[in-house]
Amino acid sequence: MSTQILMPALSPTMENGTLAKWLVKEGDSIAAGDVLAEIETDKATMEFEAANEGVIGRILIPEGTAGVKVHTPIATFAPVAGAGRSTSSGAQMPPSTAAADPNAVRPGAEPVAPAALFPDWPEGTTLRSQTVREALRDAMAEEMRRDETVFLMGEEVAEYQGAYKISQNLLDEFGAKRVIDTPITEHGFAGIAVGAAFGGLRPIVEFMTFNFAMQAMDQIVNSAAKSLYISGGQMGAPLVFRGPNGAAARVGAQHSQDFAAWYAHIPGLKVAMPYSASDAKGLLKSAIRDPNPVIFLENEILYGRAFDVPVLDDFTVPFGKARIWRAGSDVTLVSFGIGMTYALDAAERLALDGIEAEVIDLRTLRPMDTACIVASVRKTNRCVTIEESFPVGAIGNHISAVLMQEAFDFLDAPVINCTGKDVPMPYAANLEKLALVSTAEVVAAAHRVCYR
Amino acid sequence: MAIRKTTAPDDVHPDALMAHYRNMLLIRRFEEKAGQLYGMGLIGGFCHLYIGQEAVVVGLEAAAAEGDKRITSYRDHGHMLACGMDPGGVMAELTGRAGGYSKGKGGSMHMFSKERHFYGGHGIVGAQVPIGAGLAFSDRYKGNKHVTFAYFGDGAANQGQVYETYAMAALWDLPLIFVIENNQFAMGSNSRRAAHTPSLWERGTAFGIRGEEIDGMDVLAVKAAGDRATAHCRAGKGPYILEVRTYRYRGHSMSDPAKYRTREEVQKMRAERDPIDLVRDMLLNGKQVGEDALKAIDKEIKGIVNAAAEFARESPEPDPDELWTDVTAEMQV
Repeated sequence: MSTQILMPALSPTMENGTLAKWLVKEGDSIAAGDVLAEIETDKATMEFEAANEGVIGRILIPEGTAGVKVHTPIATFAPVAGAGRSTSSGAQMPPSTAAADPNAVRPGAEPVAPAALFPDWPEGTTLRSQTVREALRDAMAEEMRRDETVFLMGEEVAEYQGAYKISQNLLDEFGAKRVIDTPITEHGFAGIAVGAAFGGLRPIVEFMTFNFAMQAMDQIVNSAAKSLYISGGQMGAPLVFRGPNGAAARVGAQHSQDFAAWYAHIPGLKVAMPYSASDAKGLLKSAIRDPNPVIFLENEILYGRAFDVPVLDDFTVPFGKARIWRAGSDVTLVSFGIGMTYALDAAERLALDGIEAEVIDLRTLRPMDTACIVASVRKTNRCVTIEESFPVGAIGNHISAVLMQEAFDFLDAPVINCTGKDVPMPYAANLEKLALVSTAEVVAAAHRVCYR
Repeated sequence: MAIRKTTAPDDVHPDALMAHYRNMLLIRRFEEKAGQLYGMGLIGGFCHLYIGQEAVVVGLEAAAAEGDKRITSYRDHGHMLACGMDPGGVMAELTGRAGGYSKGKGGSMHMFSKERHFYGGHGIVGAQVPIGAGLAFSDRYKGNKHVTFAYFGDGAANQGQVYETYAMAALWDLPLIFVIENNQFAMGSNSRRAAHTPSLWERGTAFGIRGEEIDGMDVLAVKAAGDRATAHCRAGKGPYILEVRTYRYRGHSMSDPAKYRTREEVQKMRAERDPIDLVRDMLLNGKQVGEDALKAIDKEIKGIVNAAAEFARESPEPDPDELWTDVTAEMQV
């Protein structure tokens, strides 16, 4: 009985990959554990092993094929009868435990980025499609070329090329003096970065994820954020703490948390949380030049998404300026970071119901462009906020308070905050989906505030 | 006061001894004055006095070169005076006035001077240690020969971030001197109650960091150790640990009744091991100076401290607008 070998998911957030090389031919007999193929993900090249003994039938996807979606049949396979209990199973399962297609729990997997209403670049600028990952790498490289004092430190940033491949090729270009692997010592190296900033350098600290930055929280909050104030303006800490923040996919409670509200709470910090690749690039370049400590919250799921990025020698995006992705007159949807995928997706669906949503991407949370939100709500009279964080003390709560004070007479309905649920992130695929904010919830909230 | 039969080694110039005497006395008198102002309600909150530990920072500052950096915890007044910061500016910060080093916004535990390469003044136990390593990192990155002194106490020596810093400082050969000011008490806990092994500097050997223990009541011993440590760092041999055995006479902070040790223990230390008396005895015993010369110094110091206190009382409170300044820096275009 012939079964199919499927394109494996080799990381929690992998959506597709390149079948780089077949290491077997049609008709080859293979043993369990033999390497069948090399698969390139956006992060690394991985070997893909056979789970069962048998014979390779037809190769369905030739080597060198890029963009092969996870779980696509890539070859047929005839297991050896009686070779093991698994021969009675159907398709050979990929070796990864990541069974769920991240697309299933994420809206807007193939976002067609709508044109920005107010683009951050001059009309006629050439655009090219770039992933958020590439945009972040380019931003760091450009700033490192521009300023000798800028350096990158963190776990696996140098020789490994970054746990999420954000620092790819930086070691080659800038050398070990400026691209520095640290031991697993978040508390220690965050403090070292603060001291290096005091000493006149411009550190970029990569946290492998912001979940680990909690170990460094004292240095971020007490040392980095407060030093300018408690020194009477003498000694600031110009540095960037960056890395993926928020839920990835199926990595459980300790690795899935959105810290945006935590950092936005702290005076002395600046906080950016970009959605698109152009914002990732432009904001990171601004962050590196900023004389203050900047928390730069990225998102693992967005790393592989492509957007238009302007081809300019020195493209920066200022802090504190929101971007309106979609104009509308019926309701204002306010979000940032990956929340924008739900907001934009919901806006499309609402349009089918005759509700025109205005979609605002805050881009930075401290400073926050509240003027943009207030101006929009004065027009639409309704507002829904969208974020992945826990609901208590969320960014949306703050926006609601601002609207109460500055647009109370313009509101025709209570503001609704769509957030993640008030539970630690569960592992089970169905529960994880329930714990996250969803497009359906955003659509329902918009209907409620529109009373239709 | 009896003069003990103590003499300075021949290679110590009387001028150097006189400078140690003067610098230690300045800290002693300044701290006594701060204690008085606290009692009068002019200084609020936490105020940690350095009395008894003066030889540590004075000895090490004598080993420092221009451009070297220093960073310490919240028991920081002595370090600021020893590195040349203005006593008036320090005292005015203690009283929370506009003339203070942080415009009154930092307080006793949070002061800085870029000019004197003093990087705080940090209120969280142990946090200054990795920051100190970052300062040393910046000098190594720039390729100069400066050294950073990162001071911390026997209490902070149990903080995890100290050992993370040991790992990286050794790995990257940072020009960093870890100064463990072992005054034997982490607040009210004798260090023997917090550390199973009494020797703190020896922990560095696990990381391949050289170190030594020195008598922190003897400023000449501290200075000599500081010379060894700075030479080691400037030669590019990486970090160095100095565990300086010292003793604070006062409580942990102003509100500490110090019930964890006897009055006799403190009295004995003051009578037999006082770092300022030791130098005074050396000077007088060696007949290098007379009582009059020392009295002149005492008078000069008294004048400086009184002027500092006067400035700290007269300096106005910060303007209410200062509440909103220095939160974030403006981008320099």
